[in-house]
Order: sequence, then C-alpha cells, then structure tokens
Amino acid sequence: MSGGITVISAEGMNFKELNDNIRAAGGDIRLTECFGQRYIAAGLGGRRIIIEGTPGNALAAYMDGAEIIVNGNVQDAVGDTMNDGRVIVHGGAGDALGYGMRGGRIFIKGQAGYRAGIHMKEYKEKTPLIIIGTKAGSFLGEYMAGGALIVLGIGLNGIQPVGNFTGTGMHGGVIYIRSDEKPRGMPAQVTAEEAGCEDIKAIERQVREYADIFNFDINELLSGRFFVLRPNARNPYHTLYTPNLR
Amino acid sequence: MAAFDFYPDYEVVRNLDRCIVCRVCERQCANGVHSCLEEKNVMLADDSQCVDCQRCVLLCPTRALKIVKSDNTYKQNDNWGKKAINELIIQASTGSVLLSSMGNPETYPIYFDKLVINASQVTNPSIDPLREPMETRVYLGAKPAAVERDDRGRIKNNLPPQLKLSMPMMFSAMSYGSISYNAHESLARAAAELGIYYNTGEGGLHEDFYRYGANTIVQVASGRFGVHKDYLNAGSAIEIKMGQGAKPGIGGHLPGRKIVADVSRTRMTPEGADAISPAPHHDIYSIEDLSQLVYSLKEATEYKKPVIVKIAAVHNVAAIASGIARSGADIISIDGFRGGTGAAPTRIRDNVGIPIELALASVDSRLRNEGIRDRVSVVVSGGIRSSADVVKAIALGADCVYLGTAALLALGCHLCRACQAGKCNWGIATQELELVKRLNPDIGYKRLINLMRAWKHEIEEMMGGMGINSIESLKGNRLMLRGVGLNEKELEVLGVKHAGQ
Repeated sequence: MSGGITVISAEGMNFKELNDNIRAAGGDIRLTECFGQRYIAAGLGGRRIIIEGTPGNALAAYMDGAEIIVNGNVQDAVGDTMNDGRVIVHGGAGDALGYGMRGGRIFIKGQAGYRAGIHMKEYKEKTPLIIIGTKAGSFLGEYMAGGALIVLGIGLNGIQPVGNFTGTGMHGGVIYIRSDEKPRGMPAQVTAEEAGCEDIKAIERQVREYADIFNFDINELLSGRFFVLRPNARNPYHTLYTPNLR
Repeated sequence: MAAFDFYPDYEVVRNLDRCIVCRVCERQCANGVHSCLEEKNVMLADDSQCVDCQRCVLLCPTRALKIVKSDNTYKQNDNWGKKAINELIIQASTGSVLLSSMGNPETYPIYFDKLVINASQVTNPSIDPLREPMETRVYLGAKPAAVERDDRGRIKNNLPPQLKLSMPMMFSAMSYGSISYNAHESLARAAAELGIYYNTGEGGLHEDFYRYGANTIVQVASGRFGVHKDYLNAGSAIEIKMGQGAKPGIGGHLPGRKIVADVSRTRMTPEGADAISPAPHHDIYSIEDLSQLVYSLKEATEYKKPVIVKIAAVHNVAAIASGIARSGADIISIDGFRGGTGAAPTRIRDNVGIPIELALASVDSRLRNEGIRDRVSVVVSGGIRSSADVVKAIALGADCVYLGTAALLALGCHLCRACQAGKCNWGIATQELELVKRLNPDIGYKRLINLMRAWKHEIEEMMGGMGINSIESLKGNRLMLRGVGLNEKELEVLGVKHAGQ
C-alpha cells in the first residue's frame, strides 16, 4: 500500500495471474510495468486503476463504473460494451475503441485506430462519450446508434482528422469533427453540417472535462470549425425489405 | 396493370351450413381476413390477407372453417414455378429485398430421414427403460485432457465449469423482441422445471426472468444489445453468436416498431429505433480475435461460466470448429440451414448454409482426428423435429441439441412463417399486448414440459433398443446408424455404412 493505493507490478505476469491479483487486491490500484496484459478491468466497477505502461487488448471491456488512467498507449478493443465509468489515456488507442459502448466516457489524448465508436448506443440516461485528441482512422462511428464521438484534430491545423467511410450505417447518436473540411464519402443516411453555436454549447461541458484532464486550453479546443454528423433516419432500412410469406 | 399482383396462395373455405356468425374468426385474426356483412348476417373472407396460421380454423366452435391451398394455377412450367413467379412479381412491385421467417422450407435432402437406427437382436439384450435405469444426463463444457494430482496424490479438481442437463436437449436462442414475453416466460419456466437451459438470444434478459438464471444461457452478439455485467453474470453460460443457420453471414435487424417499451428496456435501446446487429463482430477477424472475446467474457465473469460459440453450418465448418475448439471456448454450437428465424432475407434463408447432419458429422470427425474433441462439447440445431432426430444427432457426434422451431410448435406456432410481420395470432412472434395475451405461460410451459418428457422417454426407448443405457455411450456411436438411399460420398461424410452392410 502507498497512500491508500495498492501497487502491483505486472512484470512477468500473464493476464490471468494479473487480473486475479487485481480482483483479489480490491480498492484502488497502481499497476506498474504493464506490458500487453489483456482484459484489465473487465466488468469492473467502483474502483480506480492507474496503469503505467501499455495494457493489452480489451482493456475495460464491459466495465461498469471504474476509472482507468493509462500513462501510455492502449491497444485494441478498449471499452468493449462498456456500461459506465471513465477511461483516460495519455497516449493513443488501437482499433475498435469503445465497440458497442453504452455508457461512460473514454478520453484519448492522441489518436485512435480504425472503427472507433463502432455501434455505440445510448439508452435513457446512458449516453456514452468518446473524445479523441488528434485523429481517428476509417469507419469512425460505423453502425453508430447513440452517444457522442468527438474528434478534435489537435495540431492538425484544420486538416481532416478522420479517415474514410465515417458514419457508415449510422442510425443514432452524433459525431463532432473539428476540421476545415467536410468529411469525405459520407453515406446517404448521414448528414454533415457545420456546427452552430447551439451545437458547440452542447459539447462544451464534455470538452471542458477533456481539456482539464490533459491541460489543454478549452477555448482553443472549441475554436475553429466543427462538422456535426447525424443520421437522417432512426429506421434507415424500413424500405429495404418486403414481406414474403412463402 | 392488373387489379391484383397475383391470386392468393391460400383460400378460406367456410361451410355456411355450420357457420353461426359468432364472429370469433373475425376477432381472432390480426390480419383482418374475416369480416361480417351484417345486413345479410354472413361472414366474408379476404383470402389475400390470410397467412394460414390456422388460428381461426382451430378456434371456430362449429368447425366451419378450413384453409386450402388455392388450385388457381399458372400454366404448367417445371422451370418457372408459382413461387419463383410470385416472388419476382413482389419484387417488381416493391423494389425490395424479400424477407421471410422460420427455417428453410425448400426441398433439399433431409439426411435425418435417410438414417436409420440400430436395435439389439439375440446377441446383446435390449434394455427396458421402464424397469431399468437409463442415464440421459449430460454435462456440457471442456473436459480436462488428464487427471492431475497434487503432491499427496490426491486428485486435483481441474474441471472447467460445466452445464448439467437432465436430458440432451435445450431451447435455442430466441430473443425477447423476436418472441413475446409470455413465450420467454414459458421457455424459462419449462427449462427450470426440466433441469435444462433456455437461451435469451440477442435481446437482453428481462428483469423478471433473472430468477431463472440457473437455467439460462445469455447471448452476446455483434449488436451487444442488453449486454452488461449483471446480464453476463445472470446466466449459467454465455453464448457468443457468430452466426445463425437461417442467415449465415448476415446480421440481424429488429425493426423499430417491435422495440416497444419493455423490449426497449431489456435491450437497452431506444423505443421505436431499429436495433441493428452488424453482420460480423467488427473486432473479430480471426480465431485469435475470437479467443479475445471468449477470454474477455471469462475475465468479466471470473471463469465461472462456460463460453459457447455459436456458428452457422457453412462449407468450411469443420476447419472453423477446429479453430473454435482451440480458442478457449467450452462449447461449440452449430446451427444448420433449416434453423428458424424471426426474419431473414428469403434468398439467404433458402440458399446459404449446409444441412446440420453433414456439418455435425464432419465437425465431430475433424475434432476427433485432431485429438481435440474433448476440449469442447458440440451442440447442434436447425432441423431437429423429433426424438429420433435427437438420437441420430447424438450418434453422429453431438453432445446435445438445441430446439427452436420444435419448442415454438409446442407453444402454438403453426409455421405460417409470417413472424416478420409481428402480428402472430398465437401470441408468440409479436409484441402487441392483445396478441401476446393469447399465449398463457401457465399452459405454455406445461406443453413444453410434456414435449420434452415425451421425447426423453422415446430417447430412452431407442437407447434401450440398442442395448445402450447411457447417452454417453451413444455419443458419436455411428455404428448405431445406417444410411438408406445415400450415395457413397454422402455416407463418407456422414461416416456411416449403408443399410445392409
């Protein structure tokens, strides 16, 4: 124990051993020498884990209320089906960030890989949020059904911070992209409009939280042009099918 | 153009000598087929709306109704049949993808019907299950490769978590949303009383049914609907749905009109908005990726629950199953192309996938040849219609079967295959409260229990006839099967001899 926090060195441990240790320890944890161990904080609630190093895939999967702070990069599938809690990454993220996420917040200081926020969804008070500092790969917000994705393009001077096929299959939620250019190749069922004052006001609280965490200037982050992407139908495929009783 | 696209396929025939104009048929038909011409005190029928669900026929108190296949016919053509022509006409009218329900109804071979079961004569005695013990209990899960002992020679418990079933049958995944609350309640209560399991499907678990958790398998699919930590921990096993026999390779789509308040709460998706399950899991592109989902679920539930991976029976099923067996999964579930669905594109349902009998035989052989059969249990579904099919499936190598369509038939389904419309007159595939009420779960769960008990006894009779008193001795025992009217290649894949050999 040091200052109410249990320190666990992950060195040489496989994921099962490490996660068994984390479960057994209880309370808040500082994890040092983390080197690719998977599934850290799967389903975890009500605790805080500070990670030094690089946690492996599926960090915070099904997480239900815990707080994870990573001083390093994270790999793929962070926050898969996350229900509640907060993940803060002082680095970049791999692919499929926040897959099927239903609640809580993920803040990435750097960039995210392909398919960030795929099939994010919301339900009543549960509205998930992902904020990505620099840029995101292709298929951002694919099949998105709810919540908010914000890509800030920090340091890119207005150059498009997302890849191709943003919002493909999107049928709920909202994507904010800070950029001077409208995203390319938008699918027919998604509209992209330049953000107005109301739109910016709607994300001010969330971006302030992000700016406070990473010591950015909120005014700078909210300056510049934003594009807001929304689906134009909640039932995008209702004319695709016709009943066949045979 | 014509007044109608085509003449109705089914006609309502009303015996006016028997009809007492009680109007039961009119009240019972959610499709609006029946109406009363009050000034003449006579009932009318709009055949074009009839789905042949048999509801009016079976509720008519004077047995005045029947539904017959129309004898109206196109000019005889063995290539362009009526079905092909009518489906084309619908598409020319709408420009849409045809959407069907329930399992593939086409005329592909049914291998179960070409397999016959052995019985003892003279040389080894048959067993009478009424007088002698007969073991139908099954444990599903990975079995350890070897007995391990500690320093003092005592056996270590290295058994991974198992599902314990009183008989080798379970109710397959059908989501709340695709079927009704009362249908789910019937399945849950029957599973609990029988000592077997039912499966939530990809729609979450209604709060009222958490108490049946000891007999529940919870499903995780690509849409992750209703999946959260309490849900994962609520059941006795977790099933990852990779595919479904009725629609291999494509995802699911519950239309917004079926996402009513209660379904919305259970799925945790907004009311009235479509719930779309993507075709693939976008984080799974390989067996290694699958393994990651398997272990993330095991970590989230502290290795207390077996993980099932469900796939559709497709061409390379044996190689895929081999990969799954090495992924850390405890149970593989394979769904054949006869498997049911609440909605699937007609062309997919009727043309994609392979028969479960061939898939099962080939998976079992492959896993045995690779020496990894014990690493997983194999559960099959998609075309099990009777206890004889169950016995044949187990002899081909299955540990257990999933029953979907059979369970729905016990609840009142008459296979009209109009689930996608959401107006099920039997209260099963609908969310309209007036219709849901028609399925009384107090009766429904008893009918499921009746069916399973009857099948269990028949399985015991067939086992007894073979001189086998334990389901374990039947598993993969293909010598108990012979083929009838099968060619050499079919026999080779099934791993059985021809009758007479």
